[in-house]
Amino acid sequence: MPVAIVKEKYASRVGEVVIGATQEQGGTRTSVITVGGDSTLPFLHFEGKVQNRPVIALEVTDVVPPWNNIIKSSFEGVIDNPAAWAKRCVEEFGADLVYLKLIGADPEGANRSPEECAQTVKEVLSAIGVPLIVGGCEDPEKDNAVLAAVAEAAAGENLLIGFAEQDNYKSIAAAAMVHKHSVIARSPLDINICKQLNILINEMGLPLNRIVIDPMIGGLGYGIEYAYSIMERARLGALANDKMLSMPVICTVGYEANRAKEANVSADEFPGWGELEERTTLWETLTATALIQAGASILLMRNPNALRLVQANIADLMEGN
Amino acid sequence: MGELIIIGERINGMFTDIGDALRNKDPKAIQAWAVKQYEGGAHYLDVNSGPAIPTDERPEAYAWMVNVIQEVCDLPLCLDSTNYNAIEEGLKLCKRPAMINSCPAERSKIERVFPMAVQYNASLIGLTMDKKGIPKDSENRIAFAMELVAAADEFGLPIEDLYIDPLILPVNVAQEHAPEVLETIKMVKTLANPAPRTVLGLSNVSQKSPNRHLINRTFLAMAMSAGLDAAIMDANDDDLVDVAATAQILLNKSIYADSYLKVFRSR
Repeated sequence: MPVAIVKEKYASRVGEVVIGATQEQGGTRTSVITVGGDSTLPFLHFEGKVQNRPVIALEVTDVVPPWNNIIKSSFEGVIDNPAAWAKRCVEEFGADLVYLKLIGADPEGANRSPEECAQTVKEVLSAIGVPLIVGGCEDPEKDNAVLAAVAEAAAGENLLIGFAEQDNYKSIAAAAMVHKHSVIARSPLDINICKQLNILINEMGLPLNRIVIDPMIGGLGYGIEYAYSIMERARLGALANDKMLSMPVICTVGYEANRAKEANVSADEFPGWGELEERTTLWETLTATALIQAGASILLMRNPNALRLVQANIADLMEGN
Repeated sequence: MGELIIIGERINGMFTDIGDALRNKDPKAIQAWAVKQYEGGAHYLDVNSGPAIPTDERPEAYAWMVNVIQEVCDLPLCLDSTNYNAIEEGLKLCKRPAMINSCPAERSKIERVFPMAVQYNASLIGLTMDKKGIPKDSENRIAFAMELVAAADEFGLPIEDLYIDPLILPVNVAQEHAPEVLETIKMVKTLANPAPRTVLGLSNVSQKSPNRHLINRTFLAMAMSAGLDAAIMDANDDDLVDVAATAQILLNKSIYADSYLKVFRSR
């Protein structure tokens, strides 16, 4: 017996955001990335248009990161050189774009100056042609100074910079506005704050198509289902024409997945868990693949082996159903 | 799901300034109210010449009104008349899909109006009444709604483009109607899948009462709770628009944010 496929009709779609700017657009990128635009729930090709495939940025840090050796081994020889590391991410591992995390700015750590950070951003930009995402060290006061310097140094490049939060969004949004970048709006797994923050940033004059939502996530086994339900709610809001929830979603997959004990302890300690090399890759992969099912448009990842698996998964999902 | 559709009621020849504008062919008042209602939060503008213009001159008057409104405002229009030739003249000029207000459950009028709605890609307000007038109870209102739903099916009007108006009467003279109207709004949603939408001429509930604003606001919240989709109403009563925004939040139809009142009015 033929089964009638039930299809939802939606009033609207997810907004599109462009990251990067070519020479004609005032930047120096050789290509730009467009995310968002879907007019249905994730990958329901029969119901609406899946406009742009999810993209993956590999994370690069300005000082050597405290990551496990398995991930670091992929970056042997470049881990203390952000520009060379970024180049490897793109040329060798096929990252769509690069996520430069300025952990070195942390006043409790290396305490690099805003000027030093801006210099690193410029070096990375000249090493790669793809668009760049820049994240601060997450000390609000320091980030305001660092991101302002970065925004100015890279004026016109249409970086995606973060993180604007409810208590600290004005200077980041202003820097993005003045120097033509887009902003990551971060809210703590809370759909109401997420919406309010988008409203506040938009009220400052930054257009909705230059905001990306970071709903904050949990890694696999550590609250990923909360992230999933928030993202699903935001997507349904976007499709119901809630303009203040219609931005594409970015997820800090590498950071969250690799905080898990399961991604770091060796098989000697937990023989039942299997070899760490495979496990750490799968932990990040499964965190990513669950979240693209929930509607993630940009994945910030660390492990090139996980990236390869997720890219294959995305390619499968982008085929019609 | 979806936001309450606010149809601004103010461009109506029953109001002195609009009546004068029509008689003198002076577009100023009409255009000013178009813009003002847009700013207040209207999604559609109701357009009704009222008795200001003789019947045989109405087609021309509707064409004129549509043109002068569209010069200053790009909201879609809700053409409101019992003169279907006048509505048709207006429909020919509408730049965005319009709404036809209205058609009762009477066969001759259904045959005139439903095909016109389909032809011009317009949505249509169907009234739960016939020649004999407005029923007292919800059962008979629903019977008329059913006829209108069947007509939509017969003439090929998408069911979501049919707005059932269960016709609220002034509370100071016909108090027993309000609960019947609320019940009808609920029941309309069971008539088809997808369901037709519902609309009210809200201000009618408070005609000639001293507490007009309070009655309008209270009834809007109650009707939204019953499932109301659209209201022809005073889009410049800020408190009334706030009630619409707040009811939508409390019904979990849109997602709360501290600035929800402001966002409700933004497009």
